[in-house]
Amino acid sequence: MYVAVKGGERAIDNAHRWLEDERRGDRKVTDLSVDQIKTQLSLSIAKVMAEGSLFDPELASLAIKQARGDLIEAIFLIRAYRTTLPRFGVGKPINTDKMIAKRRISATFKDIPGGQLLGPTFDYTHRLLDFKLLADGSIDEFEPGKDTEQMFQHVTQFLNNEGIIETEETSSSEADSPDLTRQPLEIPANRALRLQALTRSDEGFLLGMAYSTQRGFGRNHPFVGELRIGLISVEFEIPELGFNIEIAEIEISECETVNQFLGSKIHPPKFTRGYGFVFGQSERKAISMALVDRALRWKELGEVSDGAPAQDEEFVLYHGDNIQATGFVEHIKLPHYVDFQAELELIRKIRKTAFEAKKDE
Amino acid sequence: MEQILKAKAIDKKFGSVYACDNLSIELYTGEVVGIVGESGSGKSTLLNCLSGSLVPDGGNITYLDRDNNWLDLLSLPEPRKRNLLRTEWAFVHQNPRDGLRMAVSAGGNIGERLMAIGYRNYSQIRAEATEWIEKVEIDAIRLDDKPSIFSGGMQQRLQIAKNLITKPRLIFMDEPTGGLDVSVQARLLDLIRSLVRELGLSVIIVTHDLAVARFMANRLIVMKNGKIVETGLTDQVLDDPQHSYTQLLVSSILKV
Amino acid sequence: MSNSEEDFNFAYLDEQTKRMIRRALIKAICIPGYQVPFASREMPMPYGWGTGGVQVTAACLQETDVLKVIDQGSDDTTNAVSIRKFFERVAGVKTTENTGKASVIQTRHRIPEQVLSEDQILVYQVPIPEPLRFLEPRETETRVMHALEEYGLMHVKLYEDISINGEISTAYAYPVKVNDRYIMDPSPTPKFDNPKMNFCPAIQLFGAGREQRIYAVPPYTKVISLDFEDYPFEASRAEKTCEICGATNTYLDEVVIDDKGTRMFSCSDSDYCNSRKS
Repeated sequence: MYVAVKGGERAIDNAHRWLEDERRGDRKVTDLSVDQIKTQLSLSIAKVMAEGSLFDPELASLAIKQARGDLIEAIFLIRAYRTTLPRFGVGKPINTDKMIAKRRISATFKDIPGGQLLGPTFDYTHRLLDFKLLADGSIDEFEPGKDTEQMFQHVTQFLNNEGIIETEETSSSEADSPDLTRQPLEIPANRALRLQALTRSDEGFLLGMAYSTQRGFGRNHPFVGELRIGLISVEFEIPELGFNIEIAEIEISECETVNQFLGSKIHPPKFTRGYGFVFGQSERKAISMALVDRALRWKELGEVSDGAPAQDEEFVLYHGDNIQATGFVEHIKLPHYVDFQAELELIRKIRKTAFEAKKDE
Repeated sequence: MEQILKAKAIDKKFGSVYACDNLSIELYTGEVVGIVGESGSGKSTLLNCLSGSLVPDGGNITYLDRDNNWLDLLSLPEPRKRNLLRTEWAFVHQNPRDGLRMAVSAGGNIGERLMAIGYRNYSQIRAEATEWIEKVEIDAIRLDDKPSIFSGGMQQRLQIAKNLITKPRLIFMDEPTGGLDVSVQARLLDLIRSLVRELGLSVIIVTHDLAVARFMANRLIVMKNGKIVETGLTDQVLDDPQHSYTQLLVSSILKV
Repeated sequence: MSNSEEDFNFAYLDEQTKRMIRRALIKAICIPGYQVPFASREMPMPYGWGTGGVQVTAACLQETDVLKVIDQGSDDTTNAVSIRKFFERVAGVKTTENTGKASVIQTRHRIPEQVLSEDQILVYQVPIPEPLRFLEPRETETRVMHALEEYGLMHVKLYEDISINGEISTAYAYPVKVNDRYIMDPSPTPKFDNPKMNFCPAIQLFGAGREQRIYAVPPYTKVISLDFEDYPFEASRAEKTCEICGATNTYLDEVVIDDKGTRMFSCSDSDYCNSRKS
């Protein structure tokens, strides 16, 4: 007996209730608070804010909780929420020279004015499981030294003073900095648009792309000129007031690479640059972004492309967005039976013709 | 004979290097002009400028179309340019992969230009594709095979059929026998030469191989470092080279 | 969505965004079949699940509208239910399963069997708006091909179909030419539905969210399926009768009803089937 495929609505409701139940998990264990996530999973939050393109640790924590720790799902929640927010205006360009850095290192000079500041990094930890954490071990508070209260000049600025690295041009108007979230991505994109796309690209995708350039697919010989992580203020001009006010202080990671030089017999050689900028403490992504940015710049720097994936603007920009990617990849689990039916009919018809032709032989 | 293509004072720089330095050439109807020189001499760059795949930094190029109008190619609107490329012009690449769709059958490749100009009858397209695949000496039974399983020589012949089916007037060739064995080369050159004569084509052929140049070209242009160092009738240039560079080229080939 | 409904604007999107989408829609109507880039927003359902259609619907909806949502022809498939509930919640509009009573119909993969009228809008969800995409992967190149009407490659695909299979083996998302100009992807509807697009009295709007494109077919516009003179287009269907309503001219779903693989056929358009039964 055929039963029409009814009851979709009830099935969905039940699925949602089951999902909620699984999210909460064993009721004997205390419910995870948003505050706990916010204060103890800050690197997850950084990823959700960066790829969700919304700086709000509280909402990012909520999203992580709601998504059961699936960060792409959490990013998705943030993106969908972001859609509903009206845009009041455009902030003033932030100046990372004014950053209060908690980490700031350079790989190009042994020492730099202000010193190398390691900050809270995994870099020199031994990756050994710390079983003390299983037993709720309490951790001593750490008081950072005075080093962390100053502002530093950028390392690349020293090279720039010597004229030995290309000068970064500030975009002259707002039109040079289109908003990726308000305008469709159109190729060719200028650098401002590319950087926006990269900063909200999937970390894993960017990491793979960056890695491919190091392994020879569009090699560009990078050095980390400087990597800095810290707080900077965001200012906004209120037209009625006529001056800037600080609306937020945000944590960001910034990476500037110094790359292969460029020049000819007539034009003296200069180092070129790659740039990475990400919300929160996320240096893996900042470095990857700088490498990919540099790889994508081949045309404006007058280089010849190797045809490597990381040099292909359309490829990188169209495929780095994990929300677009996950939706489309996963949509093939939706019903497609109408299309499949059409294919069934066709293949049966073609097979029939082929069998008949064979019989005639 | 009248002219079909005129290029004046073509400049093209890559970085600070001139690949084409103030070059002027003319091509007459039914004439085969060979551009020879070593790699890096700028001969392929010149060909790409003439055929519209590169935009020169300076100079001008004009072409006499089927309706006897001189067209200024550098200011020609893109639609007209593309239309020329699939009707009156053809380009044979050194690597057949650049000129063929490797995932499309031989017949589909040959028929593409017909479909592009509006042919909508399958049987007719197929009949013409069959005629042309035979003309380039490939067995018609291979019509539905993909070029990826063809030999290099067959791929090159397929590329020629694909280009000639719309009966172009002007054909650009970039080292058309470049990657092939000597015996395959000879057979292919023979085929190209007879088709060129049969169809009365005007041809610009770029080659580093003086034997190919002698076999194909009526007239030769010798290039070095982005400049034309010598030009004249093929036999005259090869048998009595005037410029020291041409003398060097000719003597080096004779030693082989 | 744990927030209360009051937190959202009518039909979810803010008015600025709706205006932006409407501008794209007007442009699309003016150039039938042309893909207009638009700044697609993230919606609370995943890309590939109808975000383009949802945004177009959101931009079209007014409080007096009556909305119908179908997926695979049916009002009761999970994704159709999910989208219908979304609009009930964020727009509070009336919804219906009755094709004739709807003023806006959002669809995935089908065109209703009942002939649409002048006061209806049909919104298609589109996964890949570019009909040339699988022949030429680059957007920069396909846009030029459209601009210059360089469509030879599309026929090469059909030529290949015939050479290999003896007929044009495209069963759905069958390419069409709109108003004698643009080649358009009708979205993955079975080719059985293609003739319904031709001179359709309703407005047909197409939204591709992830690909950020909107296109449209205005009412009473010529929509022709591509073919060869000697291999004409055929709107094929299963040569069977609906076992529920007895229809012989509708698109049918094939359902496996037991472990022995017994099949039964019934209308894919559930509302049409129900209306004939009663």
